[in-house]
Amino acid sequence: MRSLLLRRIRNHLMTALCGLGVLLALAPLASLLWLVVSRGLPGLSLSFFTALPTPVGEPGGGVGNAVVGTGMLVSLACLLGLPLGVGAGVFLAERGDGLFGRTVRFTAEVFSGVPSIVVGIVAYGLVVVPMHHFSALAGALALALLMVPTLSRSTEELVRLVPGSLREASLALGVPQWKTSLRIVLRTARGGIVTAALLAVARAAGETAPLLFTTLNNQYWNLRPDQPTASLTVQIFNYAISPYEDWHQKAWSAALVLLLVVGGLNLLARIAMRNSLGSHR
Amino acid sequence: MSAAAPPKIRVEGLDAWFGETHAVRDVSLDVRPLSVLAVIGPSGCGKSTFLRCLNRMHELVPGGRATGKVTLDGEDLYARGVDPVSIRRRVGMVFQRPNPFPTMTIADNVSAGLRLNGWKGRLEEIVERCLRQAALWDEVKDRLHSPATSLSGGQQQRLCIARALAVEPEVLLMDEPASALDPIATARVEELMHELKARYTIVVVTHNMQQAARVSDQTAFFYMGELVEVGDTETIFTNPREQRTEDYVTGKFG
Repeated sequence: MRSLLLRRIRNHLMTALCGLGVLLALAPLASLLWLVVSRGLPGLSLSFFTALPTPVGEPGGGVGNAVVGTGMLVSLACLLGLPLGVGAGVFLAERGDGLFGRTVRFTAEVFSGVPSIVVGIVAYGLVVVPMHHFSALAGALALALLMVPTLSRSTEELVRLVPGSLREASLALGVPQWKTSLRIVLRTARGGIVTAALLAVARAAGETAPLLFTTLNNQYWNLRPDQPTASLTVQIFNYAISPYEDWHQKAWSAALVLLLVVGGLNLLARIAMRNSLGSHR
Repeated sequence: MSAAAPPKIRVEGLDAWFGETHAVRDVSLDVRPLSVLAVIGPSGCGKSTFLRCLNRMHELVPGGRATGKVTLDGEDLYARGVDPVSIRRRVGMVFQRPNPFPTMTIADNVSAGLRLNGWKGRLEEIVERCLRQAALWDEVKDRLHSPATSLSGGQQQRLCIARALAVEPEVLLMDEPASALDPIATARVEELMHELKARYTIVVVTHNMQQAARVSDQTAFFYMGELVEVGDTETIFTNPREQRTEDYVTGKFG
C-alpha cells in the first residue's frame, strides 16, 4: 500500500512538472503576442491598411503600399518557387534514388540551412548588380530561393507517403509513368502539398533580411516588379530603428498586421490539412 | 472448347529475377481463350511474379527483370520496341488489396483509365456497363459521386474490377483478388469470375486451393519458382502426374 501511495505522489509530481514546462515554453510566446497586440492595436484603423506612409510628425498615414508590396513580392516568389519546389520534390520522390537524386537531396538539405541574408546577397549579385537598381524582382528571387529547398523536401516526403498500390493501379490501367506521377500521385498528395506551400509562403512573408538590399523600400505605391518596393517587414524595420515616437507606434501596428497575415496563412494551412485528411478516410 | 483453338497467351521459357534472386525458372504454358487459369503454390513460389510478367508490371520493381517469350495472340510482349504501356491496356490487372483512387468518386474511379488515357466521350454509359459487369451497379447506382473509400472492402474490390474492365482489356490478371475479403465478398468475386470468363481470358493467382478448384478450368502448380505441372483443374486435383502436386493439393505441405 505504501508503494502505491508513493507511486501516486510521484505521478502527480511529474504531471505537475510537465505542466510547468509547457507554461514556461508558452510564456514568451504569450507575452510576445500580448505586447504586439496591446501596443499595435491603438494605431490600427482602416486607413492604416489603405493609406501611404506619412513623414515624421504628420498624423495618420498607413502601410497600404507595404501590404500591397508584400503581396506582390510573395506572389512573384510563389510564381518562381512553387513550381520549382514542388517539381523537384516530385522528381526526388519518384526518380530520386540515383546519384543525381542523392546529390540534389543533399544540396537541398545544405541549402535549407543557409542564412536568409546570404540568399539576399546572392539575389543582390544576380539581379540588383546587373540591373543597377533595387527591385521587387530581386527580393522575390531571394524569397523563392528560400522556399525551394524546404518545399521540395516536404513535397518529397508527402509524395513518398502515397501508397505504391495506387501507382501500380494506375500503371496497370496502361497509364504512362509521367501521367501517373502527375495525375494520380500528385493529386493524392495535393492536400499535404497545399499545406506545405502555405507554410512556405507564410515563412517568406515574414522575411526581412533578404529584402533589405534587394527590394529596398518605397514610400509610394508600386506595382512594377522592376522597381524598389515597400514591404511590411522592411517597413517595420525602418520604423523601429528610427528615433521618432510616432514611427515606433507605427512599427508596432505594422508588426500586428504582419502577425495577422502570417497567422491567417497558418490557419489556412491547418484547414487545408484537415480537409485533405478528411477526404482520405 | 476445342483443343485446336490457338492459345490466348503462350509462355515459352520465361525466367524472372529480383536482383540476384531467380524467382521464376524456365516456365512454359498456354492459356486458352475465354478460360480461367488458376496459379497455385506455396508462398514465395513465384506465382505472383509470373503473373506480373504477363503485363510487364514485374520490370517496374527495382531490380526486376524478365527474359523469355510471352505471346498474346501470337504477338511477343517482350519483343524489342514493344511499349509496355500499350500491353497493360490489353492485359488488365486486379490486385490483392483493393486499391481504388482515394481522391476520386466511385464513377471517376471506373472511368479513370479512360480519362487518363485521353479518351473523350460519354462516360456515363461505360461506367454503368462496367459496374454492372462487376456486379456492383445495384449497390452504388444512387451514390456514384460519393468517394470510393466510402465502400466496404468487398465493394472496393469489385470497383477495382470494374475499373480494370473499363479500358476493355482482353485478359484480366488477378493477384489473390479475394485474400483480403470476407467469405461472402469472396463468393461474390468468384461468382463474378464465372460471368467474366464469357468475355475475358482470366489468370488468377490464389492461395486457396478450394477457390482454384471452384473457379478455374485449368490449374498450374508452382513450386520454388518452377512450374511443376499444368493441366485441367479436375486432373490436377484428382489425378496429378507429379507427386509434389499431389502432396500440395492434398495438404501434405504448403
